[in-house]
Amino acid sequence: MHSLQIPMAPEASMAEAQSRWWLLLRRAAVVLRQWPWRRMSRNGGFMFGLVVLLSIAAIAALAPWIAPHDPLVQDIANRRVPPIWYQWFSEDSNASWAHVLGTDKLGRDYLSRLMHGARISLSIGFSAALISGIIGTVLGVCAGYFGGRVDALVSFIVTTRLALPVVLVALAIVALHGSSLPVLILVLGLLLWDRFAVVMRSVTRQVASLEYVTAARAIGCSTLRIILTEILPNVMNAFIVIVTIEMANAILFEAALSFLGLGVQPPSPSWGLMLAEAKEDIFFSPWMITIPGTALFVLVLAINLFGDGIRDLTAPKGRS
Amino acid sequence: MWMYSFKRVLMGVCVMFAISMLSFGLTNAATDPAQAIAGSGATAADIEAIRLAYGFDKPVVTRYVTWLRGALNGDLGESYRQKRSVVSVIMERLPVTMILGGLALCFALMLSIPLGIFAALHPNTWVDRISMALALVGQAMPTFWFALLGIVVFSVGLGWLPASGVSDWRGYVLPAMALGYYATPTLMRLTRSGMLEVLEADYIRTARAKGLSRSTVVVKHALRNAVLPVVSVAAVQFGYMLGGSVVIETIFALPGVGYLAWESISLADLPVVQAILLVVAVIYVLLTLASDILNAWLDPRVRFA
Repeated sequence: MHSLQIPMAPEASMAEAQSRWWLLLRRAAVVLRQWPWRRMSRNGGFMFGLVVLLSIAAIAALAPWIAPHDPLVQDIANRRVPPIWYQWFSEDSNASWAHVLGTDKLGRDYLSRLMHGARISLSIGFSAALISGIIGTVLGVCAGYFGGRVDALVSFIVTTRLALPVVLVALAIVALHGSSLPVLILVLGLLLWDRFAVVMRSVTRQVASLEYVTAARAIGCSTLRIILTEILPNVMNAFIVIVTIEMANAILFEAALSFLGLGVQPPSPSWGLMLAEAKEDIFFSPWMITIPGTALFVLVLAINLFGDGIRDLTAPKGRS
Repeated sequence: MWMYSFKRVLMGVCVMFAISMLSFGLTNAATDPAQAIAGSGATAADIEAIRLAYGFDKPVVTRYVTWLRGALNGDLGESYRQKRSVVSVIMERLPVTMILGGLALCFALMLSIPLGIFAALHPNTWVDRISMALALVGQAMPTFWFALLGIVVFSVGLGWLPASGVSDWRGYVLPAMALGYYATPTLMRLTRSGMLEVLEADYIRTARAKGLSRSTVVVKHALRNAVLPVVSVAAVQFGYMLGGSVVIETIFALPGVGYLAWESISLADLPVVQAILLVVAVIYVLLTLASDILNAWLDPRVRFA
């Protein structure tokens, strides 16, 4: 709300105008004003991604209040109850509205587990993407801005990281250090920064060759100041796009690790873990596989569409 | 050209060296290996005995140098669980993973190159839209879920393919598809954008003006140039597949390196784990090196970029 009022008061005092926060807020206001609202609402993929992503986030945030059952409570009398549509199509009398998406092999309500699982996926995806974003941006911006030896060093680090197989390294670390949510987030965050570094490097190179950077240097701005106030705000678009890609990646990796038994530990309702637990029921209760998988697929698809949309909206010409 | 190759090779050697340190450090310095082998229920005396037996009482650097010297001579130590040399354990499993990776790559290329070409030849038509939608779906689909769905449909439902094991060639079909489709979106987008770019070029217009048939122009003139980056990325993707095959091999119980890695990690068989990390990384480095040099040889612009 505050940022929206800023363009109304352009004649701010010098002291205020020079404060970094003020500058940041003004920039945010400019971004909001110039944001292509019109084009955005016409971009079908973007709108789909945005709506689905917001809905899943809302479900995740409200899960404790809106979930019909406790995701951890076992009801041994009602195990492997099929989802409600089995009542409609296969006339299966076990299905009922009490468990809309059925129950798992321990009688835990599938819908509730799914809702709580969204919290795990989203929090891991977002935190890991943020950590890797910070690491990758520092490396990429330094490489792009300084060039030369720094660039060569960063490119060496990136090549080394790319040569390490993510799943294997993550599995090994988690197995040796025990797996908990913070360890998973940290491991994925420390492994998924390569794309940030590569993209940030090339974007920074482009920005650093522009005139306003030369001008800032000519006035005598310090390197740190140039990077913080001239470079960083102008590579933010690319940053956000990569955040979405890596968030989707981190969510998929978390699911894969949990599926292999070395990610989120039972009885937590991680979607990957739900798939792993349903693996032995694949022959007789295939819905146990299809439901969490679909959830994972829809979430990742929404994030990808959202990211593609932002890329198209912020860089209308530069499509590749 | 020589200078470029030399630089690349030097970089590759440095990366391999760094990887050897990381994979050793990961399993030795970052944790207490004696504790990991003994398990959580072990007493302090047990751990101390293991530490002496395996030589963990020596400093990490000394152990690393010994290990590296062995690795350079083709000796990666002895597996704790199988009591055999790690090299023979891995060599026994490597063929399965290589076949799987090769088949997966073939599947990915056979799907992505034709689709990419069609999409580029008819931009913004339904062909293009469908292949782009396929790419999107492919990117969002978790590999292991795709594999499980494959089992549900082809093994449980239709009964055509086995759900696990590789007693004959049919055992490879589902795993190769599951592993390969993940690389498809990337390769398809690359083919499409490469073709779109090449089709704009002057020499394509010349070829058309000469009266060459459409297929000759597309295959002989355009594809040859557009497919270059696809080949180099495909080599890199093959490296990823070797690392990513852990999940697929575990699901289908394929006796490959990935399954071995998962087993060894669960059993804290550290020499095998660090050796697999090293082998996969070295294969990846060699593949990128080969594709870089091949690219530079075929396309002089790369050398001076």
